[in-house]
Amino acid sequence: MIEVKNISKSFGDKKVLDDVSCIFESGKVNLIIGTSGSGKTVFMKSLIGLMPVDTGEILFDGNNMIHFDEKELKELRTNVGMLFQGSALFDSMDVENNVMFPLDMFTKKTFSEKKKRVNEVLERVNLKDSNKKFPAEISGGMKKRVALARAIVLNPKYLFCDEPNSGLDPQTSIVIDRLILEITKEYNMTTVVNTHDMNTVMESGDKIIYLRMGKKQWEGSNKEIIFSQDENLNNFIFASEFLQDAKNMRMQEIQHTSK
Amino acid sequence: MIKVLEHFGKYILMLRQMLSKPENVKVYWKEFIHQCYELGIGSLGIVVIISLFLGAVTTVQTAYQLVSPLVPKYVIAQIIRDSTFLELSPTVVCIVLAGVIGSKISSELGNMRVSEQIDALEIMGINTKTYLILPKIIAAFIVIPCLVVLSMFLSIWGGYFAGTMSGILKSQEFNQGLVKDFVSFNLTFGLIKAFTFAFIISSISAYFGYFVKGGALEIGRASTTSVVVSCILILFADYGLAALML
Repeated sequence: MIEVKNISKSFGDKKVLDDVSCIFESGKVNLIIGTSGSGKTVFMKSLIGLMPVDTGEILFDGNNMIHFDEKELKELRTNVGMLFQGSALFDSMDVENNVMFPLDMFTKKTFSEKKKRVNEVLERVNLKDSNKKFPAEISGGMKKRVALARAIVLNPKYLFCDEPNSGLDPQTSIVIDRLILEITKEYNMTTVVNTHDMNTVMESGDKIIYLRMGKKQWEGSNKEIIFSQDENLNNFIFASEFLQDAKNMRMQEIQHTSK
Repeated sequence: MIKVLEHFGKYILMLRQMLSKPENVKVYWKEFIHQCYELGIGSLGIVVIISLFLGAVTTVQTAYQLVSPLVPKYVIAQIIRDSTFLELSPTVVCIVLAGVIGSKISSELGNMRVSEQIDALEIMGINTKTYLILPKIIAAFIVIPCLVVLSMFLSIWGGYFAGTMSGILKSQEFNQGLVKDFVSFNLTFGLIKAFTFAFIISSISAYFGYFVKGGALEIGRASTTSVVVSCILILFADYGLAALML
């Protein structure tokens, strides 16, 4: 579980995060949503310690990361997996070596043990027979899956995903969303996803935090978001007529089943 | 001026933070060997070509300027030897290497920064300065002096061929000039310069690459800046070392 208490962050005079508090629970996919420039990326980078916050606390299973020394921060990071927007695969390594890299760096396993684990996670993300391909030779969706495999290869307790669907077609986006959801439940990880994708919001948002101009504007689940009365949130989520219709249909469906 | 001091402070901090205990010595060793290969083999061709021609041109031009019949021919070989050891091989070759190796290091690190590969390493709990910069600096420290020594050898060889084949001087005269009044400190001085320039080239280009912000355009700019700054610092260091040690 990750507990965020009153964090704020400014760049010069501009307040990017303003007194944000929330709880990200284990075994759930926690989404951070918001328009561009709402502070989502800064929020996520602050959570993983890539950007120090000005005030507030970030507790990983009760331990305040803000007070961690370098050694403790390193230890925490071995429990963190991250899926980057652009996948961030190492260009000079093939798929197998990309996934094996954390094992090489942090474990004393033999080569055959490492290879077995790499094949396990690659199979888990439905990527077989691509071990020897280089990042430049695979598609965007495959890159995301390799990055996801690399993120989970050390069995992390926390998984962070920065816009995992950006640049992917709707079908591949669904595949990635489902993988993240399944892996989160399977390994009981605390997963935090930064997203713009409305399908992700509706399908896998166990918990959703809506940021607006650096402030937490709304918090709830994908079931509650349909009935939200927050105008800004509604304008953001159901921006098009098509999405409005989809929302109405889903509302009718839920009301019908509750009767 | 403030910006220069800011850069200098950041550069010193980068060097200090780079000196930490490696997470896994084996992985670092692999990276070091990879960098030795990349930096060394990647620059071998240009070093060979430049060195041969440097020696050849120096021979022809020295012979052209030595018009007095009182000056023995072997002096040409002496001039080639000393200018190669003292200046041509360490300085000219290192200025070329600042372009080849410097732009390679800065664009590689810049690309890693822009494509979030450095962030990915940091998230894994790896000290990116130690993992990405230290092996490059150590590799440059080993490879560049080796290239300079090779360049010295090839430059003299180029001078020998140009001199003997064009009839400027005889083979015996050239050999006599090479060993006559040989000061071994000149060779040591050339190597000291090579080590100093190796550090300048690798650390400066790593600094500009590591701290790139933006996209492809900024990577290109960082690469150019790193080459320009390295060249200027090489020239300053060249003068400084000569004034101090000769």
